[in-house]
Amino acid sequence: MNNKYMLTVEDVSKTYDGFKAITDLNFYLFEGELRTVIGPNGAGKSTFFDLITGRAKPDTGKIEFGMDTDLTTMNEYEINRLGIGRKFQTPSVFTEHTVYNNIVLSLVGSRGVFASIFKRLSSTERDRIDELLKLVRLDGKRDWKAGMLAHGEKQWLEIGMLLAQDPKVLLVDEPAAGMTDEETHRTGELLISLAGKHSIIVIEHDMTFVKQIARDGMVTVLHQGSVLCEGKFDAVQSNPKVREVYLGRGKSGGK
Amino acid sequence: MSSLSKRHKIELIAVGLIALFFIVIFPLLNAQGVVSNFTINLWGKYLCYALLAISVDLLWGYTGLLSLGQALFFSLGGYMMGMYLMRMIGDLGQYKTPIPDFLVFLGWTELPKFWVPFASFPFAAAMVMVVPGLLALVFGFLAFRSRIKGVYFSILTQALTYGASLMFFRNDMLMGGNNGFTDFKFILGYDLRDAVTQRGLFIATAVTLLVVYAVLRLLSYTKFGLVQRAIRDGENRVLFSGYATAHFKLFIFLVAALIAAVAGALYVPQVGIINPSEMTPDKSLEAVVWCAVGGRATLVGPIIGAISVNALKSWASRAAPDYWLVILGGLFVVVVLLLPGGIVSIPDRIKALWQRLTKKSAAPAADSKPSV
Repeated sequence: MNNKYMLTVEDVSKTYDGFKAITDLNFYLFEGELRTVIGPNGAGKSTFFDLITGRAKPDTGKIEFGMDTDLTTMNEYEINRLGIGRKFQTPSVFTEHTVYNNIVLSLVGSRGVFASIFKRLSSTERDRIDELLKLVRLDGKRDWKAGMLAHGEKQWLEIGMLLAQDPKVLLVDEPAAGMTDEETHRTGELLISLAGKHSIIVIEHDMTFVKQIARDGMVTVLHQGSVLCEGKFDAVQSNPKVREVYLGRGKSGGK
Repeated sequence: MSSLSKRHKIELIAVGLIALFFIVIFPLLNAQGVVSNFTINLWGKYLCYALLAISVDLLWGYTGLLSLGQALFFSLGGYMMGMYLMRMIGDLGQYKTPIPDFLVFLGWTELPKFWVPFASFPFAAAMVMVVPGLLALVFGFLAFRSRIKGVYFSILTQALTYGASLMFFRNDMLMGGNNGFTDFKFILGYDLRDAVTQRGLFIATAVTLLVVYAVLRLLSYTKFGLVQRAIRDGENRVLFSGYATAHFKLFIFLVAALIAAVAGALYVPQVGIINPSEMTPDKSLEAVVWCAVGGRATLVGPIIGAISVNALKSWASRAAPDYWLVILGGLFVVVVLLLPGGIVSIPDRIKALWQRLTKKSAAPAADSKPSV
């Protein structure tokens, strides 16, 4: 891991109809880092991803890719083309397409209208698809319609689609949702193996899973739209403020 | 992106045989007097409607864009061809003047400037594509850039169509007002009342339909086709995969408008009239029903739907003229509720039913296994 920032988020605020979803958020992601973001419901985790990927625009503050590319003026597909891939909370795959074609559509390459009409897969590209299908363990189901897959398999397919884009930054929203313990563990191993080559942010609720992937990396706790604390998993877990927002929300809710 | 499935091979052979029949055998039978001039003219009209239905399928079935503007592009294409046909009447009109009758009636003594070049067939043919194409580009650009989707897109295209029909109803638009254009005499020097001319127009329509079908079928096999259906099933994922979905939708909207426009241009000389009632939103809706009845996202379905619903209409407008709209509405409800895949899904349904009946004894055993 080096000191180069992949993402810089400074003093960002976002309000929806008077509700402060994000307030003065500061966040830095290093190259090759695997960062875990936790926080109670409504802490602004998904809004945070919306802001980075161009789905929402911040009211104030700056969001930069690398050290100098301003993301706040770009739209979704432009940001994706820079190399920022996003996995949604509910698996979002092309249900009517085969597993194979889901990867074809995601494969890195030209995205233009006319290029897509005349596109033919090269043998390198076919090899890459095979490799990805093996990695996400869907090799045997390549001709299945994606809609027929089990929930956990759809999550894996979406991760495969993300990897096909060969992104520099991966934003992964609750990858373990709806998975069995064994699948969750395998997902964790996959994410760990990707760190270093890619910079990754994972949003997660499942603490066993967070512990598995965080190892000695940084965990960021979001609360009411800003960073409550940041640190190693054990330090965060024993932080009294974190304990309060997770466990004592009922008591302090009135303040 | 996949090799041809068996199903598509069967489809291609069937389409090839039917196309051969319509392009070669049917006109030959007409020349021999076996098929009446009325019949071939009626089928020419059906095939124009099939082209319109296929354009709806490209938008609605394949891309999930329920456009109610296809009747507008169809009529605009028809009007452009109509302007040429009006000029070809020459001084054979009621008033025996070199300018169209309705203009004389409005007090014009010479041709308005924009009517002048329409005496040239190549110019008119170009305008058949250019006018609807430009409108589709401008409207599509604004609508897709503003990310207008779903029912809002349908309403907006409907409003556009309605607005245009109101404009064309006005006499000062100089496009024939509510009477539109009629009493055509010649096309490219051939008399429109001749059976040979009508036969030629029928063949031209059948060839156009075949070409449009073939191009769209090829397109559905490409990566473009994959993106198109992916937009229908999950536009966000496409957007977040780096595709500018608005560009794809604009291109599809343009292609669909051009197909509808060409269909309209072929329709007018065969039917002999074009007026603003062809331009109303309910005409667009009718084409949506043809598409649904035949089976959407199949290309063949809309063709079958357009022909069968219109054949039914021809029959019903004689047998029960007051009930046609009730029948049409009922048909739509029945298809949506009982046969969502349309007519083309019937063979599969029968096959599934047959399999269930023949394997009835084995089925309960197989069902009980997974529940262990």
